[in-house]
Order: sequence, then structure tokens, then C-alpha cells
Amino acid sequence: MGATLLQKVWDLHTVRKLPNGQTQLFIGLHLIHEVTTPQAFDMLRARGLGVRFPNRTVATVDHIVPTRDQRRPFLDVMAEDMLSALERNCREAGVRLYDLSSGVQGIVHVIGPELGLTQPGMTIACGDSHTSTHGAFGAVAFGIGTSQVRDVLASQCLALDPLKVRRIRVTGRLGRGVYAKDVILEIIRRLGVKGGVGYAYEYAGDAIARMSMDERMTICNMSIEGGARVGYVNPDQTTFDYLRGRRFAPQGEAFDAACEWWRGIASDPDATYDDEVLIDAASIRPTVTWGINPGQSVYVDESLPSPESLAGSDRAAVGEALEFMGFKPGSRIQGTKIDVAFVGSCTNSRLSDLREAAKIVRGRHVAPHVRAMVVPGSQPVRAAAEREGLDRVFIDAGFDWRGAGCSMCLAMNPDKLEGREVCASSSNRNFKGRQGSPTGRTLLMSPAMVAAAAVAGEVVDVRELPEYGD
Amino acid sequence: MAIEKVRQVAGAALPLRGDNIDTDRIIPARFLKSITFEGLQDHLFEDDSQQLQAQGRKHPTADPRFEGATILLVNVNFGCGSSREHAPQAIRRSGIRAIVGESFSEIFFGNSVALGMPCVSADHATLDGLMGLVESEPSTQLVVDLDRMVVAAGTQMFPITLPAAAREAFLDGSWDATGLLLDRFDEVEQVASRLPYLQWS
Repeated sequence: MGATLLQKVWDLHTVRKLPNGQTQLFIGLHLIHEVTTPQAFDMLRARGLGVRFPNRTVATVDHIVPTRDQRRPFLDVMAEDMLSALERNCREAGVRLYDLSSGVQGIVHVIGPELGLTQPGMTIACGDSHTSTHGAFGAVAFGIGTSQVRDVLASQCLALDPLKVRRIRVTGRLGRGVYAKDVILEIIRRLGVKGGVGYAYEYAGDAIARMSMDERMTICNMSIEGGARVGYVNPDQTTFDYLRGRRFAPQGEAFDAACEWWRGIASDPDATYDDEVLIDAASIRPTVTWGINPGQSVYVDESLPSPESLAGSDRAAVGEALEFMGFKPGSRIQGTKIDVAFVGSCTNSRLSDLREAAKIVRGRHVAPHVRAMVVPGSQPVRAAAEREGLDRVFIDAGFDWRGAGCSMCLAMNPDKLEGREVCASSSNRNFKGRQGSPTGRTLLMSPAMVAAAAVAGEVVDVRELPEYGD
Repeated sequence: MAIEKVRQVAGAALPLRGDNIDTDRIIPARFLKSITFEGLQDHLFEDDSQQLQAQGRKHPTADPRFEGATILLVNVNFGCGSSREHAPQAIRRSGIRAIVGESFSEIFFGNSVALGMPCVSADHATLDGLMGLVESEPSTQLVVDLDRMVVAAGTQMFPITLPAAAREAFLDGSWDATGLLLDRFDEVEQVASRLPYLQWS
């Protein structure tokens, strides 16, 4: 009987079964950033422990960096303290840090793949729930907390429970104006925000197979929003083509040998799954969230739900969300006025995302009442976009063109919503207060939909733009 | 680390109703801007609390009737979203020692294990009953018992569940995994030596 990628990678990295029944799993790549690590390094010091595999941990700075004025010291003293702590900790432990002067700094989930650090068959951990992004390469990648960061630094291992695997096959062609972002929002809406608890999601089917690495990363990135700590795509030629020539990818003959090994790590055709779900790509339409979790979404041409039509806790949840958002039951999401447009985050800040947004923006202008910003996921994304002149397209249209970082996705930096502002956002979470204002409101959507909303000043259906006509 | 076994948590409870309460609500991101976990408890549910206060209502964590609680009662998918350990840290630093809920996000659950704070599950009817009981009688003493796998309120007992490995970790005091993971380091090095990708870089 065949095995899944998850099973193969898990077995390969298993050190031993612990007395309590958990698995001691070796972590092949540990990515760190400034927010969830200073306490971990302090715990190590308090216990007199060192970092055992310093060359398997790689650091960057992303959450707290200002995206406008990145000169040091940062104006925000706390932000400066956090980066200084990271610098000190990395220096003492001998861990590589890609900082603002490196030319490759950016959101940790953007730069790992960009540098070729992220590879098929690895176990990857990072103190950030969107670590599932790296699963796009056929790695088993997941978010951890700070005590677990301590454990990985100390031992390069974690104590974990095994996961079940749910295969989600997306088959058929996506319609015009429908993106990877819409696919993952559809999956979360259908399976629920806790449907994936206890599972790794294996994304498969011809629609996934046709996707670029950027698109696969968007899908895997939001696995956690569906409750699945791990999401992955089996590695294939698209994966190998992306990795070839990257800084930390194997080079020359070693690369060909690696491809052989990577092919073998993919799920076998006769692998068995704990659950299977089939999604028809053609049925998916551009999707927008209307509520306070990523499962609360509708197609752009649908109406919002009414609590009256629901029972029990669903009724309470929908009622609470509508109240917070200030939306009427049964109203349309299309036409909702926005105040802010944000293209960025580890979900959608890669070059292809910026290109899609730029296509819509070119020759148009941001609505007068909207403040709009584009925040590239990394310094290399920013540089590549500038080589193509995308920065001019955005700036001419009235967007701010910023430095790389997490920016307004979670607002641990100066980029924040104010008051009750409504933000059309290409990020991943629409939780209450997520974008920095406790009463701010987030509508998640694809970068193209954000760009279209920025121009119109309200939520629109990208399919109605002439670019998407037949 | 000294071994600290967690067999039982007893005390008053704090009922917190609602499904899918995410870690951004438990501790908003702006309070993560610090290089320590100290003082996080002062900002636990800060935004939720202030919004309720503006409506003339009280968040349970700001309600003096539940002050001193050691057991938190929650509903479905508690702690979803961000992996920030700051969330269970803030809860634990506020005095909570165990959480009883319908279900938990996996990362939150794991982070809580690493702090020695069990997150045990019970069904909806049990949680609804316990929350109602505590809301009407805040001095009610509950006992979360990992030996017998029950939550007790007076003479009433309700079954709870907890994955076997986590239960073992609390009972034998191995929830702080660092020591265990370093125990047989030669085996760790053996695994490292057989991973092809470690030879490529």
C-alpha cells in the first residue's frame, strides 16, 4: 500500500517515540523572526542551553518593520528593541540573519522559498501560523509557539502528535477573474474554520497541478485559517523549475539528484487518505469575506446570510459578525464602500500578485476617498516589480509603494486601520481588530479584487471589468 | 527543569461564551511588541472588554464576580488564528491553570501544553451547563481531574477528553519537552545524518 507525502516525511524525520506516545520529530529548517523568538532565546540562556544546529535556523525581520521609513534606529523604540534583540541573539548563536541591509529581507514565508531554503521533503517550523505556506513545495511545514521555538533551538526537534491527511482535489478550470485566493476561501467556507483541526490538507487535482508556485503558496498559506496546521502540494516539475538556480537550492548535478529524491517523496498514487473532498474549480466565483473569520465569505454577487435563517451557535456567530461589521442581514457585499485598500501579506505579496493588481490599476486611479498601498513581500519582489515598472503603475494610480514587511496584515508596525475603516485586503485574517484598529473592518479578497475595489471605492466584481471580458 | 506534574486543577471558573475566539482577540498584536511575556495579563481581551464596556456591558475577564478564577470555560475552536504563545501566556499569567472547552485550535493547544496548562474537551451540553451554573453562582468550585478524566462541580461529574500523549505529559510532568528532546541526542544526530538535503547545503 502506498504512502502519503506526510507519512513519508514524518517517518524520515522521526527520531523516536517518546514515553508519552508523541513522536520526536527532527526539524530540517527552522525559520525565525523578531516577534516570537526573544523569549525563546532567554529561556535557553536561563537553562544554560545553546543552539545545537545553528546552520538549520535562518532569521529575518518582518512583523515590526516600518514600510515607509526603514532607517535605523526605528522611530518606534519597542520595534527597535525587538530587532536589536534578534540581531544580538543571532550573532551570539551563529544564526544567519537577513536584515534590511541584506537585499533579500522580507516576510519570512516569502523569502524562505525565494532563497531556495524551502525544499520538498523537509520538515519546516517557524513561530508563525502561516508557516503552512512552505507546504506548497511538498514540505511538512507548520507554525509553533515560543516554547516550541526554544525546543527547536535547543534540540532541532519537536514533540508532536501525528496528523491525519485529507486530500482536497480541485478539478477543472477556474473562471476568469477567479484566483488561488478564491479557491482557498472556498475551501475554508465549505470545510469550516475548524474543519482541518487534526488534519494535514493535501491539495491535489488538475487545477492545483496547473498552478504556479506563487498560487500554491497562497493556497497552502491559508490552510491554518481552515484549522489545518499543515497544508501541502506534492512536488512536481513546476516545483523543481522554481527551485533551480536559487541560492540555497542544490546546484549542478546535485540538483538533478535532488529532483529524483523529491519525486520519490510525493504521495504514491495508491496512498490512502483519512478523508477526501472534491471541489469543482469552475463553480468558484470571486469571493469576499463579510464577517470576522475567514470562513464567513460569499461570492461577490451573493447576498449576506441572515441570522434568522440559522439555528443555535451559527445564528449567534452570524449575528455577532454582522453587528461588528455593521452589515444588514441579506444585503449585498458588492457595492460596499471601502476606505483602505491593502495589497500585501504572506498570502498575496509576490510578484505575480502585484502583476495581477497592476493590470487592473494601469491607466486608472484610486477613488478619492480611498487610501491604498502596495507592500511587496520581500526586497527581491520589490526590486523585480520595479524592473517591470509596476511601481510607476501603482504610484501613478495613487497607491503608496512601500518597503517589504508584514505591514497592515497584523499592524505591529505603523500601517494600521483607523476607527471603523473598511479595508479591502489581500491578507489572510479578518479577525476583530486584526488590522490595528479594535473596530476596524477587513474584507479579504484576491489582489485583483483589492485593486478593483481601490479604483471603484467600493467592492466590485472584477469579472465586470473589460479586462476580463471574452 | 524541575518536573511538575499536573493531575488536578481546582477552583472557581470564568465562563467565556462564543465560538472561534481567535488569539488576536485574546491578546491584540500591538501587545506583542515586547521582548518578554511580562505584563501580558493586563491586556487579556483588552479590545473585546473595552467594546463591551462602551455598551455598558462587562467582559467576563473584567467582571469582578469571576476574579480569582483558575479554570476557563470556552466553546468551539478556542485560540484559533495566530500561533502567538502570548495568548496562553496572558491567560495563564491571569491566574488560569486549566481550560475546559468544546474544542481548541491545534497550535493553541500545543502552546498550552508547553506551559503546563491543560486544555480539556467536553461536549456542548456540559459546557453550556457549567457556564450557566457559574454565571448564576460564580463561587461554584470546579475540579478538572486528569486522573479520572472528569470535570466535577460538587457531586456532579462530567466526562472530559484529552489526547493520550498530552494527558501522559501532564501526569508524568514531561510537558516541558526540552529535556526529553535532548535526552538521546545521538539518535537526533543519526536522523540528521540520513537526511539527504542536509548534505546538499
